[in-house]
This record gives sequence, structure tokens and C-alpha cells, in this order.
Amino acid sequence: MSMSSTASRTAELAQSADEGAILAARPLALPASLWASGPAIFASLAWIGFGLSCLLWEDLGDWSRTHELAIAAFVIAAGILVAAPNALRLGRFGKGLQLRAPWLLALGLFFTLWEVATAKFAWLPLPFFPPPQAIIEVYTDDLPKLLVSVWASVKLQLGGYAIGAAAGFLTGVSIGWSRSVGYWVHPILRFIGPLPATAWLPFAFFTFPSSWSASTFLIALATAFPVTVLTWSGVASVSNAYYDVARTLGAKPSFLVLKVAIPAALPHVFVGLFMGLGSSFAVLVVAEMIGVKAGLGWYLQWAQGWAAYANMYAALIVMSLLCSGAITLLFKTRDRLLVWQKGVVKW
Amino acid sequence: MVALAIAEQELPAAAGASLDVEAVSHAFDIDGAVLPVLDNVSFSVKASEFVALLGPSGCGKSTLLRLVAGLEPPRAGILREDGDPIAGPFPSRVVVFQDPTLLPWRTVWHNVALGPEAQGILKQQRHRVDAAIDLVGLSTFRNAYPHQLSGGMAQRVALARALVNDPRILILDEPLGKLDSLTRITMQAEIAALWQRSGFTTLLVTHDVEEAVFLANRVIVFSDRPARIKADIAVDRPYPRHRGDPKLVELRHEILGLLGLDATW
Ligand SMILES: Nc1ncnc2c1ncn2[C@@H]1O[C@H](COP(=O)(O)OP(=O)(O)OP(=O)(O)O)[C@@H](O)[C@H]1O
Ligand SMILES: [Mg+2]
Repeated sequence: MSMSSTASRTAELAQSADEGAILAARPLALPASLWASGPAIFASLAWIGFGLSCLLWEDLGDWSRTHELAIAAFVIAAGILVAAPNALRLGRFGKGLQLRAPWLLALGLFFTLWEVATAKFAWLPLPFFPPPQAIIEVYTDDLPKLLVSVWASVKLQLGGYAIGAAAGFLTGVSIGWSRSVGYWVHPILRFIGPLPATAWLPFAFFTFPSSWSASTFLIALATAFPVTVLTWSGVASVSNAYYDVARTLGAKPSFLVLKVAIPAALPHVFVGLFMGLGSSFAVLVVAEMIGVKAGLGWYLQWAQGWAAYANMYAALIVMSLLCSGAITLLFKTRDRLLVWQKGVVKW
Repeated sequence: MVALAIAEQELPAAAGASLDVEAVSHAFDIDGAVLPVLDNVSFSVKASEFVALLGPSGCGKSTLLRLVAGLEPPRAGILREDGDPIAGPFPSRVVVFQDPTLLPWRTVWHNVALGPEAQGILKQQRHRVDAAIDLVGLSTFRNAYPHQLSGGMAQRVALARALVNDPRILILDEPLGKLDSLTRITMQAEIAALWQRSGFTTLLVTHDVEEAVFLANRVIVFSDRPARIKADIAVDRPYPRHRGDPKLVELRHEILGLLGLDATW
């Protein structure tokens, strides 16, 4: 990490000094292409193995997508095999493939093992450990319900998180900036903040007009606490020297808040946003399970009620994709807003 | 530096303001104890005069500059700019602090643009920002972030950030302290030329006696904390000056003696 950041810094500087051309001449990677596609070839073999494992033995259960799964595995294997030697010509995609070849290999092996251990020989007890084709079956046959659930969850989470983040940010800036606001809000924050947002569930569900507004409130609450505390500590820890500089240059209080305090506090704010995201996911799922009757949490609950374990796993996978997608998005936003931090701190 | 000729047109001369420091005393409370820092300091600086302040480390020079800038009110006494009491910071009095304190999230250009932006006149002054950056020789680094600069470069950015505001009183707190001796000599000549051209009043704190006598019309020497004025010495030599000027060398010895350093000579 530190090496690559040093490199990018050097590159930036060189560019500003109009010396970019010298750095741009990078070494040719051609002779390495054959050697580099080794892991990809093994990955391809592993996926062929997965496909074969689907076809070689009879399924122990009644699953309808085994053949499709095998075909998909062969397609992936062929794709890897074709792409690997041409990685250089495929640009970014090729580079990504080369980088991820060991992972593709591991995944191929894992799927093979999973297939054999569940669908073929039931080394793992069957209803609780569904095979890959059972999960695929959920995605193909129960798609509408799953999509509706995803959409409900995303809507609820997005609304609650946005409200919580905005409220937390504003509160944090106000108590960090103004002593009198801090005097009143700080004790309240201290008293209420550490309470897990889920503890409010019963209260929220009978005071709010709808379960949707109650859940939005809870998610916002779970987000707001860490965002408030970290924004506040960020604003409070801004060096006085920055304010002095700005004041001697004619800055009014609004400029000090918007152009000095907030940018300086932004790294802290993002820590708060990350923490808020984590705790709001937890609240989302619980709220959906208990009150909302829609969304992925509810889908999980429903699947468990019907002992539809494949549906449960399918929903879990979607959920983890959504959560990690949200985190990635937040990381990308931070990287864009805080370019100046690169080289100041190690990420 | 090459940029000088351009800068001459870009940074129009502003008349300097006079500064009066009248019986100023100041102190800090540290853990309940009172630490006196300035003790009944009085002096006047005429418009467009260049005054250097010398004194032992920790005697209260930076504190005095903060009072002149209006960042703090003095515990006793009064400071006046052109006869009007100084009640708070104002961009006619700009400080180059001992630390460059560039805002790390802003590029060089946006750091220099801070003053015009804060005063809401950046739109009309963009070319002046460019000119000020050229003046300190950092035009190739206008898009660099502070952490990508050397200490000396950062100090030059801080200087540009001050100059772009066309100050009437320029307050310099060891602005060249972090520069290597070569850049330092160039920058001293640069400051002298700039001061003569623009006519702002200059207050310079430095530890370098040679720098003080080379640049200033007057050198004020402070005692140990709490700072009192120990001597007020006129440097009556025409500009441009030469470092080897025997009169300047003589003054330098006299001042070193006042600072208690004659044993080294
Ligand atoms: N904000 C503050 N709170 C308490 N004491 C302070 C504060 N600022 C400065 N002091 C004290 O005032 C004294 C004078 O500090 P000042 O920074 O003015 O010294 P200085 O003459 O500029 O020294 P140097 O040449 O080393 O920069 C020091 O003893 C310092 O400890
Ligand atoms: Mg100082």
C-alpha cells in the first residue's frame, strides 16, 4: 500500500512538472504472458471439474437446475481458458482476470467439493446444506419475490441511512462548533446514544403510524449516533492554527465552519459513516424480521419458517452482496473526497 | 526570479499603514499561574517602514505579532493601525506564521486563494493568485497538495498566501526559518525588493541578526521573557544593501552583544 501510494504521489508530481512522459514509458510485459496464464489454466480445469461433478453422479434430491449449472461451469471454464492467453489484449478485464486467477481456482475447487458433499453423497445433512443447484433454483424460480424483497430493503435502508447520516452530521458539526449547543446536546447524546437502536423497537412500532416509518426512524437512529460522535470529535480536534490563518485572511464564521472545520473533520466523519452503516444493517434486518413484513430480513424469516433452507442461503448471499456493495461505494466516495489524505496517512 | 517583472504589474502597490503599540502588556494563564509575556511594550512603526524584531526564544515575539494581527486582545495597553484601535483580525494585516499551516485538503493554488475566497472576491482575483504563486516560484506545483511540498516550499506558499491580499501591514514570523541558506538569501533579496515596490509596512521576527540588519530600517531587540524593549536601533543604510557593508557588520556585532552572544566573537 505504502509503495503504491508513493508511486502515485511521484507520478502526480512528475505530471505537474511536465515530466509525465518519462514515467509513462513502462516496461513491456509480453514475455511473461505465457507464464502468467498458468494459474488461469488450473482455474479453468477446476471449473471443468465442477461441471463434471454435477454430471458424473445422480442427484440425491429432486433439483431441476443441475444440468444448467454444469453448462454454466463449462462456460466459465471455457471463458477463462480463452481469455487467459489473451489477457494483454483484453486490457483491464484481462489484468483483473490474471490477478484473480488463484481465487477462481479456489472457487472452482470449493464448488466441486460443495457439490459432491451435498447433492451427490450427502456427507453434509441434506435439508440444512442445500447444494449449489438448489440455490440457483431459488434465483431462477423465486426471482420476483426476491427482487421485491431486495427493493424493499434497499429503499428502507437508503432512506433511513440518508436521514441518519444527515442528522448526525449536522448535530456533530453544531455541537463541535457551538459551546451552548454542546451543553444541551452532549448529555442527551451520552444518555441515549449508547442504547442499541434495536432496544427502541417496541417503542417505535407502537408510536409510529406505520412500521415503515418506525423502521426508518430506527435505522436513522443507529446511523446518527456514530456519525454525530465522530463528526463532533472531528470538528473539535481541528487545530486552532487553521482558524487563525483563515481569520487573519478575512474569514467570517460561516467560512470557518464550511471551509475549515468541515473539510478538516471529514476524515473523522467518514469513520462515523462506516460505523453507522454497519450498525444500521443490523437494525434493518431485525426491523424487517419483526415489523415490516417485507425486505430481505423478512424473506429470511419466511424461508426459515418454511424450512426452505436454499432460499435462506440465497437471500443471505444477496444480502452480503448488497452490504459489501454499500461499503465499497462508501469507500469509493471517501477516496474521491479525501484524495489529499493519500500520503498523509496510511489507509 | 523571473516572475518579478510580471508581478510588478499584477500586484499594485498599496500604501503601508502606520502601527502604534502603546504600553502593551500580555500574559497567559498556565495551570492557574500567570505567565507574563509582554511587559509594557511601546513602539511606533511609520507607514512603509521595515522593522525587525529580535529576541531570545520564548520571550514573546510571536505573541506580540498575534496581538498586532488582532487574533487576541492585549491584557493591557492598546494597538493602533493608522491611529485606529485594532479590535480584531482584518486582511489589511496579514500574518505569515512561524509554521506555514497550509490547509492540507487544499492544493497550493487553493491555499493561496484562501484570502480572496474568504473575502468573497476570488472571481476578480484569480490572476493575482496565479501571479503570487509565480512570484514565489511554485507555478509548477500549483496543483500539488501541501504534503507533497518541502518545508521551504510550504513556507513560500504561506508567503504567497499573504501577499495576494495586498496587505498594508505584512507580519512575518520567521518566514525564512526553514529555508536552506541559498534559498534564504534569494528570498531575503526578494522580500526587500517586494517591500520597496509595494510599500507595505513590514514587521519581521527573526533569529538571524544578519537578516535583520540586511532587511530592516530599524531593529528592535527584546529582553528575555517577559519581553521588554532592550534597544531600538536604526539601520541607516540605503537599499539595495550589501552583506559585506562594514556598517552592517558593525551593527550586527552590536546587536549580538545585546543578545548576550559577544563571547562567540
Ligand atoms: N496560547 C498560549 N498559552 C499559554 N502560553 C503561551 C501561549 N502562547 C505562548 N505562550 C507562552 O508565551 C511565551 C512566549 O511565546 P512566543 O511564542 O511569543 O515566543 P517567541 O518569542 O515567538 O519564541 P520563538 O522565538 O521561539 O518563536 C512562551 O513562554 C510560551 O510558553
Ligand atoms: Mg515565535
